[in-house]
Amino acid sequence: MSSVSNTTTISSVGAPNRRNTELLMLLFAVAIPVLAYANVGLAKNGSVPAGMLGYGLGLGLIAGVAHVMVRKFAPYADPLMLPIATLLNGLGLVLIYRLDLEPSITTKALGGPRAPGQLMWSALAVALFVAVLVFLKDHRILQRYTYISGVAALLLLVAPMFFPAVNGSKLWIIIPGLGSIQPGEFAKIILAIFFSGYLMVKRDALALASRRFMGLYLPRGRDLGPILVIWALSMMILVVETDLGSTLLYFGLFVVMLYVATERTSWIVFGLLLAAGGATVVGLTSPHVKVRVDQWLNPFAGIAQHGATEAAQVMWSFGSGGVLGSGLGQGYSRLIGGIGVKSDYILATVGEELGLCGLMAILLLYGLLVERGVRTALAARDPFGKLLAIGLSSAMALQVFVVAGGVTGLIPLTGMTMPFLAQGGSSVVANWALVAILLRISDTARRPAPAPASSPDAEPTQVVRL
Amino acid sequence: MSELTLTVMRLGFLAVLWLFVIVAVQVIRSDLFGTKVTQRAARRAESGQRPPQQRQQAAPAPQRQQNRQRRGAPSKLVVTEGSLTGTTVALQGQTITLGRAHDSTIVLDDDYASSRHARIYPDRDGQWIVEDLGSTNGTYLDRARLTTPTPIPPGAPIRIGKTVIELRK
Repeated sequence: MSSVSNTTTISSVGAPNRRNTELLMLLFAVAIPVLAYANVGLAKNGSVPAGMLGYGLGLGLIAGVAHVMVRKFAPYADPLMLPIATLLNGLGLVLIYRLDLEPSITTKALGGPRAPGQLMWSALAVALFVAVLVFLKDHRILQRYTYISGVAALLLLVAPMFFPAVNGSKLWIIIPGLGSIQPGEFAKIILAIFFSGYLMVKRDALALASRRFMGLYLPRGRDLGPILVIWALSMMILVVETDLGSTLLYFGLFVVMLYVATERTSWIVFGLLLAAGGATVVGLTSPHVKVRVDQWLNPFAGIAQHGATEAAQVMWSFGSGGVLGSGLGQGYSRLIGGIGVKSDYILATVGEELGLCGLMAILLLYGLLVERGVRTALAARDPFGKLLAIGLSSAMALQVFVVAGGVTGLIPLTGMTMPFLAQGGSSVVANWALVAILLRISDTARRPAPAPASSPDAEPTQVVRL
Repeated sequence: MSELTLTVMRLGFLAVLWLFVIVAVQVIRSDLFGTKVTQRAARRAESGQRPPQQRQQAAPAPQRQQNRQRRGAPSKLVVTEGSLTGTTVALQGQTITLGRAHDSTIVLDDDYASSRHARIYPDRDGQWIVEDLGSTNGTYLDRARLTTPTPIPPGAPIRIGKTVIELRK
């Protein structure tokens, strides 16, 4: 303890630079998907797949470039985030490759094999990751763009309205000939930047200048106004676009960040009330959501009349996996109908082929990634970095909760992608960028403080020595 | 492929996956057990056991404390209760100010503390003196509210709001 301050300082005792640990973990993280790849090949064709070397080298190259760049541009960053992201991304690639081997779900109409595209998107994502590390020298630069981020997030959310709906949701910006991007994935990062920049400035006003009403603290309208406007607009857009998962994600992000910034429990109460109200209204009015809720409440209803719902099929696949799973390449996830087997329902394949045991390991990996993010927030010295780190990691946590909860039947199913694991270019790119920002904050937070210059008049005021 | 090979691969893969999780947790173990925050917590536990002893010791023998004072002057000031628990300040002959003001030596984050609450300074003989600086809620030495600058017997708790400070060797 070298200074007396009001805030808790959390710093580790050992050397903060742990790049060699990261390298070892990264090798491990590349080896596991290669093993999984061999596993799939042996189970499906009885031989090690031909592309294994190339695939392993490709993943290794991506990870290696990322590691060298972290070593150069963020030498004190957290040692675990990059290996965990690499492992999840690699496992996702293997799972998509494995599902590509099923002819019935790799038809032309469904887009053919998805693994090569996903590998390309992963490479692109790591390129963006490197770009963020190189060009974002200090995360506090983002603070200058608080209101620009707010507007940009809104534009990103509005944009898909002008494009045709895909599968009942208007989520995509479709560029003819190039493909489609899902701006909502990027909007979550940009919205987190806006919330942190705004709340950092206004948190004292929000927490203290408030009226007490029925035991709850109500802040003044002028403090709350801008944030409420942004929030309400994004909610409206999302409801119009019927993207329920993202609505839940942004709403949760909003509540978490307000709570963290103001330390007022009343925000949680407000948040839960508003969420309950909103969910009821949307559930009663929107037909798209109504179907989802019905399927969630009664997944097995009407199987005799019109076949099993996707929700029921997913549950069967979890059940058939059991505790230890059927083994990679030996499950029957091809039987899950619809278009989401490789994206929304990828956890069902994990649950069937790796079993409860493997699913728990995957969820723990997400938990560790989020934990590193929260840890970064605790260690960050500037309030903007703290809020941004907590915002980004809670966005990741909420997304995992919404997807995993939806697939396992805890909450109604909403179309969202599992970060890193599921097929989907925008999702991979956005999540790698998210990890890059977290690494940048953690590099700043864990960097050892420069030794203070000794000044002659320091002696009378310099007191604390331990 | 034989059934056995596939079973071995299936279980082997799960084992490797879990090994990664366990190794990852080992990597961050230093966060859980090696940070300075945990050290603070340990001191808090230690000080939690201490107050009964102090009470026994403080009441019967003020004279013995006087003797102890001559043998060795206290070398550090320790915060034993309150939000700053575990903080130590070396006593090097300088005046220590306590209060909510940001330029205090020990900045108290305590609703019951005044901005310039008290100061602790050595007199000419090296005896440490605590003086209340006209605080709203008072400074307590042992149980008594301070009215004048008072010498601090070693081990006697000085209470300011929720914060308790001791001088130790």
